[in-house]
Amino acid sequence: MKTVRISGVTKDYGSVKAVRDASFELNEGELVALIGHNGAGKTTLMKLMLGLIRPTGGSIEVLGDNPAAGEFAGRRQLGYLPENVSFDAALTARETQAFYARLKREPVATALDLLDTVGLGAASRRRVGTYSKGMRQRLGLAQALIGRPRVLLLDEPTTGLDPELRQTFYDVIQRLAADGATVLLSSHVLTELEERAGRVIIMNRGIKVADGSIAELRRLAQLPTRIRLKVSGLAPSELPGWAPQDVTCRRLNGHIVEIDAAPERKIELLHRATALGNSVEDVDVVPPSLDELYAHFLRQSEQA
Amino acid sequence: MNVLIVAAKEIHQAIRNRWVLAATLLLAGLALSLSFLGSAPTGNVGVRALDVVIVSLSSLTIFLVPLIALLISHDAIVGEMERGTMLLLLSYPVARWQVLLGKFLGHLAVLAFATCLGYGLAVGALAATGSHIDTDSLLAFMAMIGSSVLLGAAFVAIGYLVSALVRDRGTAAGICIGLWLLLVLIYDMALLGVLALDQGRNISPTALNAMLLSNPTDAYRLINLTGFANVSTFAGMAGLAQSTSLTVPVLLAALLCWTMVPLALAALAFSRREL
Repeated sequence: MKTVRISGVTKDYGSVKAVRDASFELNEGELVALIGHNGAGKTTLMKLMLGLIRPTGGSIEVLGDNPAAGEFAGRRQLGYLPENVSFDAALTARETQAFYARLKREPVATALDLLDTVGLGAASRRRVGTYSKGMRQRLGLAQALIGRPRVLLLDEPTTGLDPELRQTFYDVIQRLAADGATVLLSSHVLTELEERAGRVIIMNRGIKVADGSIAELRRLAQLPTRIRLKVSGLAPSELPGWAPQDVTCRRLNGHIVEIDAAPERKIELLHRATALGNSVEDVDVVPPSLDELYAHFLRQSEQA
Repeated sequence: MNVLIVAAKEIHQAIRNRWVLAATLLLAGLALSLSFLGSAPTGNVGVRALDVVIVSLSSLTIFLVPLIALLISHDAIVGEMERGTMLLLLSYPVARWQVLLGKFLGHLAVLAFATCLGYGLAVGALAATGSHIDTDSLLAFMAMIGSSVLLGAAFVAIGYLVSALVRDRGTAAGICIGLWLLLVLIYDMALLGVLALDQGRNISPTALNAMLLSNPTDAYRLINLTGFANVSTFAGMAGLAQSTSLTVPVLLAALLCWTMVPLALAALAFSRREL
């Protein structure tokens, strides 16, 4: 089932076009990564979905509501973590969490348990004013998770989190997505998203430049997979004789030969490498990373 | 329901930030010192001490209550936007007018608590030191507390309107100080100057009434200084009380308008703002 529909949405701030003609739909159970430079329109898209700002053109539907029309029944099932989240400094984390739970009509006790989930524990009785950036981020996550939301919008959720908590965080949201929630998260840390996001949306200067699973994006991008071979018996600058002329080959150091293989020639090249007996001692196949895909789609959109 | 949740949080925060304590202490301190110093010129014989206190205390309220009200209200919207807390709050299932009304009720409760307790202490102290307090005076005093809260409500609403319109907190604070100076000090001086120059030739009583009603502090002053016969004789306002046709209900309605109209405009401005 579709939880979010964005069709032809444009948002201008004066002469600045923050989002231009963006269209996509998000499904239940999807973990979607929204990536792009600062100012690419990620935060604007989230604010549009929340109804905090009104689109200049196009239409938005979130959980059956039009958020810009001031309908907010759907927001009860929506969790949001803003970038640079902040809270009233005078209240403690428990008081803050209880306040937000009441606004969502959710039991306060279950909401308070979330504070332990994000590892605030004993500190939750202290005033938020005394918190570090990481602790505020934990509280931000805890409030976004109140009431098992069906749509979670997370703007740069892992900044300021230590590696251990990042792991817990991804476990929690993957569990939510498995239960049917839509999770849309924006991040700069692309390596983290690579294994986790089922789908990636790339934005550049307000325009959606790519949308699909990582496998689909790799197919679209046609970026070479790198095959690294550890070869014995080659002189330091010598390239293996079996490599076809039309394939880029280079030496990385004394033992490693790196070959740029187009996706459809990967298997052929591996066959050739291993066909000649035992000079190949080790093989690494490195598919293009999300970083490279991102850079590729940005270049492509800049050229267009 | 949402309104009450927001109001409760606002009160909770005001207690934490010691706003409640500060406002109560300030009002109580001034009320107490006025009730003892204020009765010095009249002595303890004959004159009802509480009536004198009403005159001096209501004059003081005109300066102080609007100031406190503007201090708590001027950054209610723009301040939360600057700190980034408004962004998160509005992503919750709560309408903007509910946020505004909730804050209003919360701030009003803080102000009402401080006024009732602070001024109530003054009556208590007078009674405890053996001054005679009759029912008329007590009624007039309670009316003064009530109208002081209403005056506070009007200025809280005005503060919200400023807060909903401007881009940053500094501007809101500046405009509020300007408004306070204008409505509390300059307006009356200008009015007096105009009346003195005019010598009653061009300005009709109706025009004067309109000018008095178009400033919430004047409406408040008239309620307390002319509304009760026992008080107006001390206030030196008996003359004005006879010449003006403004009755207490009209004055109260004016104060209510000064609350509702800015509040409605603030809600409108807030609903159109983008975060």
